[in-house]
Amino acid sequence: MAAEERLTIHEAGRKLAQREISSVELTRAQLERIDRLEERIKSFITLTPELALRQAEQADQRIAAGEAGPLTGIPMQMKDVISTKGVTTTCASRMLEDYVPVYNATVAERLLSQGAVLLGKGNMDEYAMGSSCENSAFFPTRNPWDLERVPGGSSGGGAAAVSAGQAVYALGSDTGGSVRQPASLCGVVGMKPTYGMVSRYGLVAYASSLDQIGPITQDVTDCALVLNAIVGHDPKDSTSLRQPVADYAAGLGEYTSPSPLAKGGLHGGPVRLGVPEEYFVDGMQDGVRESVQAAIETLESLGASVEPVSLPTTRYALACYYIIAPSECSANLARYDGVKYGFSYQDTQNMWEAMERTRAGGFGPEVKRRVILGAYALSAGYYDAYYLKAQQARTLIRRDFDRVFEQVDALVTPTSPVVAFRLGEKINDPVEMYLIDVCTVPANIAGLPGISVPCGFSQGLPVGMQIIGPHLSEQRLLNIAYAYEQATQWHLERPNI
Amino acid sequence: MPLERAQVEQIALLARISLTPEEVELFQDQLSQLLEQFQVLSELDTTDVPPTGHAVDLQAVMREDEDEASLAPEDVLSNAPRQEGEFFRVKAVLEE
Repeated sequence: MAAEERLTIHEAGRKLAQREISSVELTRAQLERIDRLEERIKSFITLTPELALRQAEQADQRIAAGEAGPLTGIPMQMKDVISTKGVTTTCASRMLEDYVPVYNATVAERLLSQGAVLLGKGNMDEYAMGSSCENSAFFPTRNPWDLERVPGGSSGGGAAAVSAGQAVYALGSDTGGSVRQPASLCGVVGMKPTYGMVSRYGLVAYASSLDQIGPITQDVTDCALVLNAIVGHDPKDSTSLRQPVADYAAGLGEYTSPSPLAKGGLHGGPVRLGVPEEYFVDGMQDGVRESVQAAIETLESLGASVEPVSLPTTRYALACYYIIAPSECSANLARYDGVKYGFSYQDTQNMWEAMERTRAGGFGPEVKRRVILGAYALSAGYYDAYYLKAQQARTLIRRDFDRVFEQVDALVTPTSPVVAFRLGEKINDPVEMYLIDVCTVPANIAGLPGISVPCGFSQGLPVGMQIIGPHLSEQRLLNIAYAYEQATQWHLERPNI
Repeated sequence: MPLERAQVEQIALLARISLTPEEVELFQDQLSQLLEQFQVLSELDTTDVPPTGHAVDLQAVMREDEDEASLAPEDVLSNAPRQEGEFFRVKAVLEE
Protein backbone atom coordinates (compact mmCIF):
# COMPACT_ATOMS: atom_id res chain seq x y z
CA MET A 1 0.00 0.00 0.00
CA ALA A 2 1.12 3.60 -0.58
CA ALA A 3 2.47 5.77 2.22
CA GLU A 4 -0.02 8.49 1.21
CA GLU A 5 -3.03 6.36 2.04
CA ARG A 6 -4.68 7.20 5.37
CA LEU A 7 -6.63 4.50 7.18
CA THR A 8 -8.56 4.56 10.42
CA ILE A 9 -8.41 1.62 12.82
CA HIS A 10 -11.73 0.25 11.59
CA GLU A 11 -10.78 0.66 7.92
CA ALA A 12 -7.37 -0.92 8.39
CA GLY A 13 -8.91 -3.68 10.50
CA ARG A 14 -11.32 -4.56 7.70
CA LYS A 15 -8.53 -4.62 5.09
CA LEU A 16 -6.37 -6.76 7.36
CA ALA A 17 -9.22 -9.19 7.99
CA GLN A 18 -9.94 -9.48 4.27
CA ARG A 19 -6.20 -9.88 3.54
CA GLU A 20 -6.19 -6.86 1.24
CA ILE A 21 -3.14 -5.71 3.15
CA SER A 22 -0.84 -7.22 5.74
CA SER A 23 0.23 -5.61 8.98
CA VAL A 24 3.82 -5.62 7.70
CA GLU A 25 2.74 -3.64 4.61
CA LEU A 26 0.70 -1.27 6.72
CA THR A 27 3.57 -0.78 9.15
CA ARG A 28 6.12 -0.23 6.38
CA ALA A 29 3.89 2.37 4.74
CA GLN A 30 3.46 4.04 8.12
CA LEU A 31 7.23 4.09 8.76
CA GLU A 32 7.80 5.57 5.29
CA ARG A 33 5.30 8.32 6.02
CA ILE A 34 6.98 9.03 9.36
CA ASP A 35 10.30 9.18 7.57
CA ARG A 36 8.94 11.71 5.11
CA LEU A 37 7.23 13.95 7.68
CA GLU A 38 9.13 13.64 10.92
CA GLU A 39 11.75 16.28 10.19
CA ARG A 40 8.94 18.82 9.98
CA ILE A 41 6.50 17.52 12.62
CA LYS A 42 8.83 16.08 15.29
CA SER A 43 6.08 14.10 17.02
CA PHE A 44 8.28 11.17 18.16
CA ILE A 45 10.90 11.17 20.91
CA THR A 46 11.85 7.56 20.17
CA LEU A 47 11.13 5.53 17.02
CA THR A 48 10.99 1.74 17.25
CA PRO A 49 10.86 0.60 13.60
CA GLU A 50 12.48 -2.81 14.14
CA LEU A 51 10.22 -3.63 17.07
CA ALA A 52 7.23 -2.44 15.04
CA LEU A 53 8.06 -4.72 12.10
CA ARG A 54 8.57 -7.68 14.44
CA GLN A 55 5.22 -7.00 16.08
CA ALA A 56 3.63 -6.61 12.63
CA GLU A 57 4.93 -10.06 11.58
CA GLN A 58 3.47 -11.57 14.74
CA ALA A 59 0.21 -9.75 14.11
CA ASP A 60 0.04 -11.19 10.60
CA GLN A 61 0.44 -14.68 12.08
CA ARG A 62 -2.39 -14.00 14.51
CA ILE A 63 -4.60 -12.72 11.72
CA ALA A 64 -3.81 -15.81 9.63
CA ALA A 65 -4.68 -18.00 12.62
CA GLY A 66 -8.00 -16.19 13.05
CA GLU A 67 -6.99 -14.83 16.46
CA ALA A 68 -7.05 -11.13 15.66
CA GLY A 69 -8.82 -8.40 17.62
CA PRO A 70 -9.78 -4.92 16.38
CA LEU A 71 -6.34 -3.47 17.21
CA THR A 72 -4.22 -6.39 16.02
CA GLY A 73 -1.61 -5.25 13.53
CA ILE A 74 -2.51 -1.56 13.73
CA PRO A 75 0.48 0.80 14.12
CA MET A 76 0.23 3.34 16.94
CA GLN A 77 2.20 5.82 19.02
CA MET A 78 2.34 5.88 22.81
CA LYS A 79 2.98 9.04 24.82
CA ASP A 80 6.43 8.94 26.37
CA VAL A 81 4.99 9.10 29.89
CA ILE A 82 3.65 5.54 29.58
CA SER A 83 6.17 2.89 30.63
CA THR A 84 7.23 0.48 27.89
CA LYS A 85 9.43 -2.44 28.90
CA GLY A 86 12.78 -2.26 27.13
CA VAL A 87 11.86 0.97 25.28
CA THR A 88 13.24 4.25 26.64
CA THR A 89 10.57 6.25 28.47
CA THR A 90 11.80 9.81 28.95
CA CYS A 91 8.74 11.88 29.94
CA ALA A 92 10.40 14.43 27.63
CA SER A 93 12.78 15.18 30.49
CA ARG A 94 16.56 15.25 30.80
CA MET A 95 15.92 13.55 34.12
CA LEU A 96 14.78 10.33 32.40
CA GLU A 97 16.64 10.72 29.10
CA ASP A 98 18.18 7.24 29.42
CA TYR A 99 15.52 5.55 31.56
CA VAL A 100 14.50 2.11 30.27
CA PRO A 101 11.50 0.64 32.15
CA VAL A 102 11.74 -2.97 33.27
CA TYR A 103 7.98 -3.41 33.16
CA ASN A 104 5.06 -2.34 30.97
CA ALA A 105 2.32 0.03 32.02
CA THR A 106 -0.97 -1.86 32.21
CA VAL A 107 -2.27 -0.02 29.12
CA ALA A 108 0.87 -0.95 27.19
CA GLU A 109 0.53 -4.55 28.31
CA ARG A 110 -3.13 -4.63 27.24
CA LEU A 111 -2.49 -3.10 23.83
CA LEU A 112 0.55 -5.25 23.09
CA SER A 113 -1.21 -8.41 24.19
CA GLN A 114 -3.93 -7.53 21.69
CA GLY A 115 -1.36 -7.30 18.92
CA ALA A 116 -0.79 -3.54 18.71
CA VAL A 117 2.23 -2.37 16.70
CA LEU A 118 4.31 0.23 18.56
CA LEU A 119 5.85 2.77 16.17
CA GLY A 120 7.47 4.75 18.96
CA LYS A 121 7.02 7.11 21.86
CA GLY A 122 5.25 10.45 21.53
CA ASN A 123 6.65 13.88 22.29
CA MET A 124 5.00 15.84 25.11
CA ASP A 125 5.50 18.65 27.56
CA GLU A 126 8.01 17.55 30.21
CA TYR A 127 6.26 15.26 32.72
CA ALA A 128 2.97 16.19 31.00
CA MET A 129 3.19 19.74 32.37
CA GLY A 130 2.19 22.19 29.69
CA SER A 131 -0.35 23.09 27.03
CA SER A 132 1.82 23.51 23.94
CA CYS A 133 4.42 20.71 23.79
CA GLU A 134 7.08 23.45 23.97
CA ASN A 135 8.15 22.23 27.42
CA SER A 136 9.67 19.07 25.94
CA ALA A 137 13.32 19.04 26.99
CA PHE A 138 14.25 17.76 23.52
CA PHE A 139 12.32 19.70 20.86
CA PRO A 140 8.86 21.15 20.26
CA THR A 141 6.35 19.33 18.05
CA ARG A 142 4.77 21.28 15.19
CA ASN A 143 1.10 21.50 14.32
CA PRO A 144 0.53 19.71 10.97
CA TRP A 145 -2.01 22.39 9.98
CA ASP A 146 0.60 25.14 10.32
CA LEU A 147 4.18 24.27 11.15
CA GLU A 148 4.73 27.63 12.84
CA ARG A 149 2.09 26.75 15.41
CA VAL A 150 1.98 24.47 18.43
CA PRO A 151 0.02 21.18 18.42
CA GLY A 152 -1.24 21.86 21.95
CA GLY A 153 -0.23 19.81 24.93
CA SER A 154 0.78 18.04 26.81
CA SER A 155 0.06 15.08 24.46
CA GLY A 156 1.08 17.22 21.48
CA GLY A 157 3.12 14.46 19.85
CA GLY A 158 0.15 12.09 19.78
CA ALA A 159 -2.30 14.62 18.38
CA ALA A 160 0.16 15.83 15.73
CA ALA A 161 1.07 12.26 14.73
CA VAL A 162 -2.58 11.19 14.30
CA SER A 163 -3.43 14.42 12.46
CA ALA A 164 -0.47 14.10 10.09
CA GLY A 165 -1.03 10.38 9.54
CA GLN A 166 2.21 9.37 11.25
CA ALA A 167 0.27 6.90 13.40
CA VAL A 168 -3.20 5.39 13.04
CA TYR A 169 -3.91 6.32 16.65
CA ALA A 170 -2.10 7.35 19.81
CA LEU A 171 -2.43 7.04 23.56
CA GLY A 172 -2.09 10.21 25.60
CA SER A 173 -2.65 11.21 29.20
CA ASP A 174 -4.96 13.96 30.43
CA THR A 175 -4.45 15.69 33.79
CA GLY A 176 -6.01 19.07 32.94
CA GLY A 177 -6.89 18.66 29.25
CA SER A 178 -3.71 17.09 27.86
CA VAL A 179 -5.57 14.71 25.53
CA ARG A 180 -8.60 16.85 24.64
CA GLN A 181 -6.85 20.18 24.04
CA PRO A 182 -4.16 18.94 21.60
CA ALA A 183 -6.82 16.83 19.85
CA SER A 184 -8.81 20.03 19.43
CA LEU A 185 -5.85 22.04 18.14
CA CYS A 186 -4.87 19.31 15.65
CA GLY A 187 -8.37 18.44 14.41
CA VAL A 188 -8.65 14.89 15.78
CA VAL A 189 -10.70 13.08 18.43
CA GLY A 190 -9.43 12.87 22.02
CA MET A 191 -11.11 11.40 25.07
CA LYS A 192 -10.48 11.52 28.79
CA PRO A 193 -12.41 8.68 30.45
CA THR A 194 -13.93 8.83 33.93
CA TYR A 195 -11.21 8.91 36.59
CA GLY A 196 -10.43 5.28 37.46
CA MET A 197 -11.67 3.74 34.20
CA VAL A 198 -8.16 3.22 32.85
CA SER A 199 -5.35 1.88 35.01
CA ARG A 200 -2.61 4.38 35.85
CA TYR A 201 -0.12 1.62 36.65
CA GLY A 202 3.07 2.47 34.76
CA LEU A 203 1.89 5.97 33.85
CA VAL A 204 4.63 8.18 35.27
CA ALA A 205 2.78 10.21 37.88
CA TYR A 206 2.19 13.96 37.59
CA ALA A 207 -0.96 14.68 39.65
CA SER A 208 -2.35 11.34 40.74
CA SER A 209 -5.91 12.39 41.62
CA LEU A 210 -6.33 13.95 38.16
CA ASP A 211 -4.23 11.84 35.74
CA GLN A 212 -6.09 9.63 33.30
CA ILE A 213 -4.94 7.89 30.10
CA GLY A 214 -7.04 8.35 26.96
CA PRO A 215 -7.17 7.68 23.20
CA ILE A 216 -6.31 10.13 20.41
CA THR A 217 -7.91 8.93 17.17
CA GLN A 218 -9.09 9.95 13.72
CA ASP A 219 -12.76 9.41 14.45
CA VAL A 220 -15.24 8.41 17.16
CA THR A 221 -15.46 4.75 16.13
CA ASP A 222 -11.70 4.43 16.58
CA CYS A 223 -11.96 6.15 19.95
CA ALA A 224 -14.50 3.54 21.07
CA LEU A 225 -12.28 0.70 19.81
CA VAL A 226 -9.23 1.95 21.71
CA LEU A 227 -11.29 2.61 24.82
CA ASN A 228 -12.55 -0.98 24.69
CA ALA A 229 -8.97 -2.18 24.77
CA ILE A 230 -7.70 -0.10 27.69
CA VAL A 231 -10.54 0.19 30.23
CA GLY A 232 -11.15 -2.19 33.09
CA HIS A 233 -10.15 -2.92 36.64
CA ASP A 234 -6.47 -3.39 37.43
CA PRO A 235 -5.42 -4.69 40.84
CA LYS A 236 -2.12 -2.82 40.39
CA ASP A 237 -3.89 0.57 40.55
CA SER A 238 -5.79 1.01 43.80
CA THR A 239 -7.86 3.85 42.31
CA SER A 240 -8.99 1.70 39.41
CA LEU A 241 -12.77 1.22 39.33
CA ARG A 242 -14.41 -2.17 39.61
CA GLN A 243 -16.84 -1.34 36.89
CA PRO A 244 -18.22 -3.79 34.35
CA VAL A 245 -17.00 -2.63 30.96
CA ALA A 246 -19.16 -2.25 27.90
CA ASP A 247 -18.37 -2.76 24.22
CA TYR A 248 -18.39 0.92 23.35
CA ALA A 249 -17.89 0.36 19.63
CA ALA A 250 -20.89 -1.99 19.43
CA GLY A 251 -22.88 0.61 21.40
CA LEU A 252 -22.39 3.18 18.64
CA GLY A 253 -24.63 1.20 16.32
CA GLU A 254 -27.77 2.39 18.08
CA TYR A 255 -27.86 5.67 16.18
CA THR A 256 -29.08 5.22 12.62
CA SER A 257 -32.11 7.49 12.13
CA PRO A 258 -31.91 11.08 10.77
CA SER A 259 -32.65 12.41 14.24
CA PRO A 260 -30.65 10.01 16.40
CA LEU A 261 -30.65 12.33 19.40
CA ALA A 262 -34.44 12.67 19.50
CA LYS A 263 -34.65 9.74 21.87
CA GLY A 264 -32.42 8.07 24.41
CA GLY A 265 -32.33 10.95 26.90
CA LEU A 266 -32.17 9.91 30.55
CA HIS A 267 -35.55 11.44 31.31
CA GLY A 268 -37.12 9.73 28.31
CA GLY A 269 -37.46 11.79 25.15
CA PRO A 270 -34.59 13.60 23.47
CA VAL A 271 -31.00 13.74 24.64
CA ARG A 272 -30.79 16.88 26.77
CA LEU A 273 -27.68 18.95 26.25
CA GLY A 274 -26.66 21.81 28.49
CA VAL A 275 -24.58 24.73 27.27
CA PRO A 276 -22.81 26.31 30.26
CA GLU A 277 -22.48 30.02 29.60
CA GLU A 278 -19.41 30.23 31.85
CA TYR A 279 -17.37 28.21 29.33
CA PHE A 280 -17.72 30.93 26.70
CA VAL A 281 -15.11 32.98 28.51
CA ASP A 282 -13.81 36.48 27.90
CA GLY A 283 -10.92 36.23 25.49
CA MET A 284 -12.46 33.35 23.55
CA GLN A 285 -11.83 33.78 19.84
CA ASP A 286 -14.93 34.64 17.80
CA GLY A 287 -14.13 31.89 15.30
CA VAL A 288 -14.11 29.30 18.07
CA ARG A 289 -17.36 30.59 19.53
CA GLU A 290 -19.04 30.55 16.11
CA SER A 291 -17.88 27.04 15.22
CA VAL A 292 -19.04 25.60 18.53
CA GLN A 293 -22.38 27.40 18.31
CA ALA A 294 -22.90 26.02 14.79
CA ALA A 295 -22.07 22.54 16.13
CA ILE A 296 -24.63 22.95 18.89
CA GLU A 297 -27.22 23.85 16.25
CA THR A 298 -26.29 20.70 14.36
CA LEU A 299 -26.82 18.64 17.52
CA GLU A 300 -30.23 20.30 17.88
CA SER A 301 -31.09 19.45 14.28
CA LEU A 302 -30.24 15.82 15.11
CA GLY A 303 -33.01 15.83 17.67
CA ALA A 304 -31.24 16.89 20.88
CA SER A 305 -32.86 19.42 23.16
CA VAL A 306 -30.42 22.19 23.99
CA GLU A 307 -30.73 24.49 26.97
CA PRO A 308 -28.48 27.03 28.66
CA VAL A 309 -27.19 25.94 32.07
CA SER A 310 -25.04 27.65 34.64
CA LEU A 311 -21.97 26.31 36.43
CA PRO A 312 -21.04 29.30 38.58
CA THR A 313 -17.96 27.64 40.10
CA THR A 314 -16.29 27.44 36.66
CA ARG A 315 -14.42 30.69 37.40
CA TYR A 316 -12.66 28.96 40.31
CA ALA A 317 -11.60 25.86 38.39
CA LEU A 318 -8.29 27.14 37.04
CA ALA A 319 -7.07 28.35 40.44
CA CYS A 320 -8.27 25.09 42.00
CA TYR A 321 -6.41 23.06 39.36
CA TYR A 322 -3.21 25.10 39.47
CA ILE A 323 -3.00 24.58 43.23
CA ILE A 324 -3.96 20.89 43.39
CA ALA A 325 -1.94 19.68 40.38
CA PRO A 326 1.36 21.35 41.41
CA SER A 327 0.86 20.20 45.01
CA GLU A 328 0.50 16.58 43.94
CA CYS A 329 3.35 17.05 41.47
CA SER A 330 5.70 18.33 44.16
CA ALA A 331 5.04 15.15 46.15
CA ASN A 332 5.19 12.79 43.16
CA LEU A 333 8.41 14.23 41.77
CA ALA A 334 10.21 13.93 45.12
CA ARG A 335 11.27 10.47 43.89
CA TYR A 336 13.80 11.96 41.45
CA ASP A 337 16.74 12.07 43.83
CA GLY A 338 19.45 10.69 41.56
CA VAL A 339 19.69 7.39 43.45
CA LYS A 340 17.38 4.82 41.88
CA TYR A 341 17.23 5.96 38.25
CA GLY A 342 17.58 9.00 36.08
CA PHE A 343 20.02 11.87 35.86
CA SER A 344 22.37 11.98 38.83
CA TYR A 345 24.77 14.74 39.79
CA GLN A 346 27.69 13.11 41.57
CA ASP A 347 30.44 15.70 41.67
CA THR A 348 30.07 16.53 45.33
CA GLN A 349 30.66 14.84 48.68
CA ASN A 350 27.46 16.09 50.23
CA MET A 351 24.24 14.09 49.81
CA TRP A 352 21.89 17.06 49.96
CA GLU A 353 23.90 19.07 47.48
CA ALA A 354 23.97 16.10 45.11
CA MET A 355 20.19 15.87 45.31
CA GLU A 356 19.65 19.60 44.83
CA ARG A 357 21.93 19.68 41.81
CA THR A 358 20.45 16.48 40.36
CA ARG A 359 17.02 18.11 40.41
CA ALA A 360 18.38 21.44 39.17
CA GLY A 361 20.02 19.74 36.19
CA GLY A 362 17.33 17.16 35.44
CA PHE A 363 14.17 19.27 35.55
CA GLY A 364 13.23 21.96 33.05
CA PRO A 365 11.78 25.39 33.94
CA GLU A 366 8.07 24.45 33.95
CA VAL A 367 8.66 21.41 36.16
CA LYS A 368 10.71 23.46 38.61
CA ARG A 369 8.02 26.13 38.62
CA ARG A 370 5.28 23.61 39.47
CA VAL A 371 7.30 21.70 42.05
CA ILE A 372 8.12 24.94 43.85
CA LEU A 373 4.57 26.28 43.55
CA GLY A 374 3.23 23.00 44.95
CA ALA A 375 5.75 22.89 47.77
CA TYR A 376 4.69 26.43 48.68
CA ALA A 377 0.95 25.59 48.62
CA LEU A 378 1.61 22.62 50.92
CA SER A 379 3.99 24.35 53.30
CA ALA A 380 3.22 25.21 56.91
CA GLY A 381 1.32 28.48 57.17
CA TYR A 382 -0.01 28.37 53.58
CA TYR A 383 -1.65 24.95 53.50
CA ASP A 384 -5.07 26.20 54.68
CA ALA A 385 -5.06 29.24 52.40
CA TYR A 386 -4.13 27.33 49.26
CA TYR A 387 -4.25 23.54 49.31
CA LEU A 388 -7.18 23.09 51.69
CA LYS A 389 -9.08 25.96 50.08
CA ALA A 390 -8.54 24.40 46.64
CA GLN A 391 -9.80 21.03 47.86
CA GLN A 392 -12.92 22.70 49.24
CA ALA A 393 -13.38 24.49 45.93
CA ARG A 394 -13.08 21.05 44.35
CA THR A 395 -16.08 19.90 46.39
CA LEU A 396 -18.12 22.90 45.26
CA ILE A 397 -17.17 22.34 41.61
CA ARG A 398 -18.26 18.69 41.89
CA ARG A 399 -21.56 19.70 43.45
CA ASP A 400 -22.16 22.15 40.63
CA PHE A 401 -21.75 19.34 38.09
CA ASP A 402 -23.94 16.97 40.16
CA ARG A 403 -26.70 19.56 40.19
CA VAL A 404 -26.55 20.27 36.47
CA PHE A 405 -26.48 16.56 35.58
CA GLU A 406 -29.85 16.15 37.30
CA GLN A 407 -31.12 18.47 34.59
CA VAL A 408 -29.19 17.49 31.43
CA ASP A 409 -27.56 14.37 29.99
CA ALA A 410 -24.34 16.06 28.89
CA LEU A 411 -22.67 19.44 28.51
CA VAL A 412 -21.41 20.91 25.25
CA THR A 413 -18.58 23.45 25.35
CA PRO A 414 -15.55 24.58 23.38
CA THR A 415 -12.48 22.44 24.14
CA SER A 416 -10.06 25.36 23.95
CA PRO A 417 -10.87 29.09 23.89
CA VAL A 418 -8.35 29.56 21.08
CA VAL A 419 -7.10 27.74 17.99
CA ALA A 420 -3.46 26.65 17.75
CA PHE A 421 -1.17 29.55 18.65
CA ARG A 422 2.33 30.34 17.43
CA LEU A 423 5.40 28.72 18.91
CA GLY A 424 6.91 31.09 21.44
CA GLU A 425 3.74 33.16 21.74
CA LYS A 426 2.85 32.18 25.30
CA ILE A 427 5.76 30.14 26.61
CA ASN A 428 7.26 32.96 28.69
CA ASP A 429 4.02 33.83 30.41
CA PRO A 430 2.69 31.01 32.62
CA VAL A 431 -0.48 32.89 33.59
CA GLU A 432 -1.37 33.33 29.92
CA MET A 433 -0.51 29.70 29.11
CA TYR A 434 -2.55 28.31 32.01
CA LEU A 435 -5.65 30.20 30.81
CA ILE A 436 -5.76 27.90 27.76
CA ASP A 437 -6.89 25.08 30.08
CA VAL A 438 -9.99 26.91 31.30
CA CYS A 439 -12.51 24.65 29.53
CA THR A 440 -10.78 21.33 30.18
CA VAL A 441 -9.64 21.35 33.84
CA PRO A 442 -13.14 21.18 35.40
CA ALA A 443 -13.68 17.61 34.10
CA ASN A 444 -10.41 16.48 35.73
CA ILE A 445 -11.26 18.21 39.00
CA ALA A 446 -14.60 16.37 39.11
CA GLY A 447 -13.27 13.11 37.60
CA LEU A 448 -15.74 13.32 34.70
CA PRO A 449 -15.34 11.88 31.20
CA GLY A 450 -14.94 14.33 28.33
CA ILE A 451 -14.41 14.01 24.60
CA SER A 452 -13.20 16.54 22.05
CA VAL A 453 -14.31 16.19 18.44
CA PRO A 454 -13.46 18.36 15.40
CA CYS A 455 -16.27 20.86 14.74
CA GLY A 456 -14.94 23.36 12.23
CA PHE A 457 -12.13 25.73 11.34
CA SER A 458 -11.15 29.25 12.24
CA GLN A 459 -8.27 31.04 10.51
CA GLY A 460 -7.71 27.76 8.66
CA LEU A 461 -7.06 25.95 11.96
CA PRO A 462 -9.16 23.22 13.59
CA VAL A 463 -11.71 23.96 16.33
CA GLY A 464 -12.82 21.31 18.81
CA MET A 465 -16.12 20.79 20.59
CA GLN A 466 -16.03 19.21 24.03
CA ILE A 467 -18.80 17.00 25.40
CA ILE A 468 -18.69 16.33 29.16
CA GLY A 469 -20.92 13.85 30.99
CA PRO A 470 -21.43 12.46 34.47
CA HIS A 471 -19.22 9.67 35.83
CA LEU A 472 -19.26 6.53 33.67
CA SER A 473 -21.21 8.13 30.82
CA GLU A 474 -18.58 7.20 28.21
CA GLN A 475 -21.09 5.41 25.99
CA ARG A 476 -23.46 8.38 26.02
CA LEU A 477 -20.66 10.81 25.12
CA LEU A 478 -19.43 8.57 22.32
CA ASN A 479 -22.96 8.22 20.96
CA ILE A 480 -23.53 11.99 20.92
CA ALA A 481 -20.13 12.53 19.31
CA TYR A 482 -20.83 9.76 16.80
CA ALA A 483 -24.20 11.21 15.84
CA TYR A 484 -22.50 14.57 15.28
CA GLU A 485 -19.71 12.98 13.28
CA GLN A 486 -22.17 11.13 11.02
CA ALA A 487 -23.87 14.41 10.21
CA THR A 488 -20.68 16.38 9.50
CA GLN A 489 -17.46 16.07 7.52
CA TRP A 490 -14.96 17.81 9.81
CA HIS A 491 -13.29 14.59 10.91
CA LEU A 492 -12.44 13.82 7.28
CA GLU A 493 -10.42 17.03 6.83
CA ARG A 494 -6.69 16.38 6.69
CA PRO A 495 -3.79 18.82 6.81
CA ASN A 496 -2.09 19.25 3.46
CA ILE A 497 1.34 17.96 4.35
CA MET B 1 0.94 39.55 48.40
CA PRO B 2 4.13 39.19 46.33
CA LEU B 3 6.63 36.53 47.35
CA GLU B 4 9.88 37.66 48.95
CA ARG B 5 13.14 36.50 47.46
CA ALA B 6 13.97 34.67 50.69
CA GLN B 7 10.66 32.80 50.51
CA VAL B 8 11.45 31.44 47.04
CA GLU B 9 14.89 30.37 48.28
CA GLN B 10 13.34 28.68 51.30
CA ILE B 11 10.78 26.75 49.21
CA ALA B 12 13.46 25.73 46.72
CA LEU B 13 15.44 24.35 49.64
CA LEU B 14 12.40 22.40 50.86
CA ALA B 15 11.85 21.08 47.33
CA ARG B 16 15.57 20.25 47.06
CA ILE B 17 16.15 22.14 43.84
CA SER B 18 19.12 24.49 43.68
CA LEU B 19 18.17 27.61 41.74
CA THR B 20 20.39 30.18 40.05
CA PRO B 21 19.90 33.81 41.14
CA GLU B 22 18.17 34.44 37.79
CA GLU B 23 15.74 31.58 38.39
CA VAL B 24 14.97 32.86 41.89
CA GLU B 25 14.12 36.25 40.44
CA LEU B 26 12.02 34.81 37.60
CA PHE B 27 10.06 32.48 39.88
CA GLN B 28 9.58 35.23 42.46
CA ASP B 29 7.88 37.27 39.79
CA GLN B 30 5.90 34.45 38.10
CA LEU B 31 4.77 32.73 41.29
CA SER B 32 3.66 36.06 42.76
CA GLN B 33 1.47 36.59 39.69
CA LEU B 34 0.00 33.10 40.04
CA LEU B 35 -0.70 33.53 43.76
CA GLU B 36 -2.44 36.76 42.86
CA GLN B 37 -4.68 34.81 40.45
CA PHE B 38 -5.41 32.25 43.17
CA GLN B 39 -6.92 35.00 45.31
CA VAL B 40 -10.14 34.45 43.35
CA LEU B 41 -10.76 31.47 45.65
CA SER B 42 -11.19 33.79 48.63
CA GLU B 43 -14.57 34.77 47.12
CA LEU B 44 -15.84 31.27 47.86
CA ASP B 45 -17.62 30.62 51.13
CA THR B 46 -16.15 27.28 52.16
CA THR B 47 -17.50 27.22 55.71
CA ASP B 48 -18.35 23.60 56.55
CA VAL B 49 -17.41 22.44 53.03
CA PRO B 50 -15.46 19.19 53.29
CA PRO B 51 -12.31 18.96 51.14
CA THR B 52 -12.24 16.62 48.13
CA GLY B 53 -8.98 14.74 47.69
CA HIS B 54 -10.34 12.45 45.03
CA ALA B 55 -13.16 12.89 42.53
CA VAL B 56 -14.27 9.29 42.81
CA ASP B 57 -15.27 7.95 46.21
CA LEU B 58 -12.91 5.19 47.17
CA GLN B 59 -12.48 3.13 50.27
CA ALA B 60 -9.06 1.89 51.32
CA VAL B 61 -8.37 -0.92 48.88
CA MET B 62 -7.07 -4.16 50.33
CA ARG B 63 -6.05 -7.38 48.67
CA GLU B 64 -5.29 -10.88 49.88
CA ASP B 65 -1.77 -11.16 51.24
CA GLU B 66 -0.48 -13.71 48.76
CA ASP B 67 3.12 -14.04 47.70
CA GLU B 68 3.87 -13.38 44.08
CA ALA B 69 6.95 -12.80 41.98
CA SER B 70 8.51 -9.36 42.19
CA LEU B 71 11.16 -7.74 40.02
CA ALA B 72 14.58 -9.43 39.97
CA PRO B 73 17.34 -7.47 41.74
CA GLU B 74 19.21 -6.92 38.46
CA ASP B 75 16.06 -5.40 36.96
CA VAL B 76 15.53 -3.14 39.95
CA LEU B 77 19.12 -1.95 39.67
CA SER B 78 19.24 -1.73 35.89
CA ASN B 79 18.67 2.06 35.83
CA ALA B 80 20.71 2.87 38.94
CA PRO B 81 23.24 5.67 38.41
CA ARG B 82 25.57 3.94 40.88
CA GLN B 83 25.39 0.48 42.35
CA GLU B 84 27.51 -1.90 44.34
CA GLY B 85 26.63 -5.59 44.31
CA GLU B 86 22.90 -5.83 44.87
CA PHE B 87 22.66 -2.34 46.34
CA PHE B 88 22.09 1.23 45.25
CA ARG B 89 25.18 3.21 46.13
CA VAL B 90 24.44 6.52 47.82
CA LYS B 91 26.48 9.27 49.37
CA ALA B 92 26.98 9.21 53.12
CA VAL B 93 23.72 10.11 54.85
CA LEU B 94 25.18 10.42 58.34
CA GLU B 95 28.19 12.62 58.94
CA GLU B 96 31.21 11.04 60.64
